[in-house]
Amino acid sequence: MEKQKYIQDIEAIKDMMDRSSKFISLSGLSGVLAGTFALVAAYLAYGTIYSGGLYSMEYRDAILSRSTLSQLLAIGITTIILSIGCGIFLTTRKARKMNQSMFDKQAKLMLINLAIPLVTGGVLCLILLLKRGVTLVAPMTLIFYGLALVNASKYAVDAMRTLGLIQIALGLLATWFIGYGLIFWAIGFGVMHIIYGIFMHLNDRQ
Amino acid sequence: MKHILKDLNKAFENRVRLGIMSALLVNDSINFKELKRLLDVTDGNLASHIKALEKKEYITFEKSFIDRKPNTTYSITKLGRLAFKKHVAAIENLLKT
Repeated sequence: MEKQKYIQDIEAIKDMMDRSSKFISLSGLSGVLAGTFALVAAYLAYGTIYSGGLYSMEYRDAILSRSTLSQLLAIGITTIILSIGCGIFLTTRKARKMNQSMFDKQAKLMLINLAIPLVTGGVLCLILLLKRGVTLVAPMTLIFYGLALVNASKYAVDAMRTLGLIQIALGLLATWFIGYGLIFWAIGFGVMHIIYGIFMHLNDRQ
Repeated sequence: MKHILKDLNKAFENRVRLGIMSALLVNDSINFKELKRLLDVTDGNLASHIKALEKKEYITFEKSFIDRKPNTTYSITKLGRLAFKKHVAAIENLLKT
């Protein structure tokens, strides 16, 4: 009947609004991989901090030497490169499968909105590293990553917003329980990414 | 019933036009190529529907050049936004009855 046509019309409108304003989500698998890399990195970082023998038993008293610091930086940068590399590769593959362009306008908008808080956080963390505020780096990466996700989620799936809010909360907790930054960092970047990845992967299947 | 039908806009009866309006409602502007990809229609088909909506002054276009290639972007007008919202509200009312 007529009514059926209009129901379809409404569905077409909703679908178009969604498709035209939202970037395809990152592949779920890349989330799981990024999470795994982060956990490995956290484990390596933990080893680096504690093998130095430079520290008292008190976790919060840890003061990093120049060499451990550069080791930690190397671990961090490797993790970031691996995660982003896998993310781009797997998302391009997914986009091709879904016949969507990876670098359409939404992707650009999403990346710009993601980059603003992320770069701010990155610069802030560099300043903290130089000004000996190392303990604040882990919480700040979490907070700014969370803010970046929330900021970009307008152009992506709703789950990204939730992930962002969780990261912000973890970051704030890490700021309170300073010295346990690595643990919160492992939960945020490791465990949460894996959960998010599995969630997205199952969602895609439907 | 009758007054609801009156609010339905003939200009939006077509699925392609519905698609163009929906996409432009949630985006500041979209270029021709992008619209074509979103709607999965031919150049000619899309152009004719765009022209119809332009005639009604529901959408406007802006021509520019990117690397010397012409680039036309479309956006929704105030009038178009109003008319489309009215149309959607009319459909929703219709479905409620």
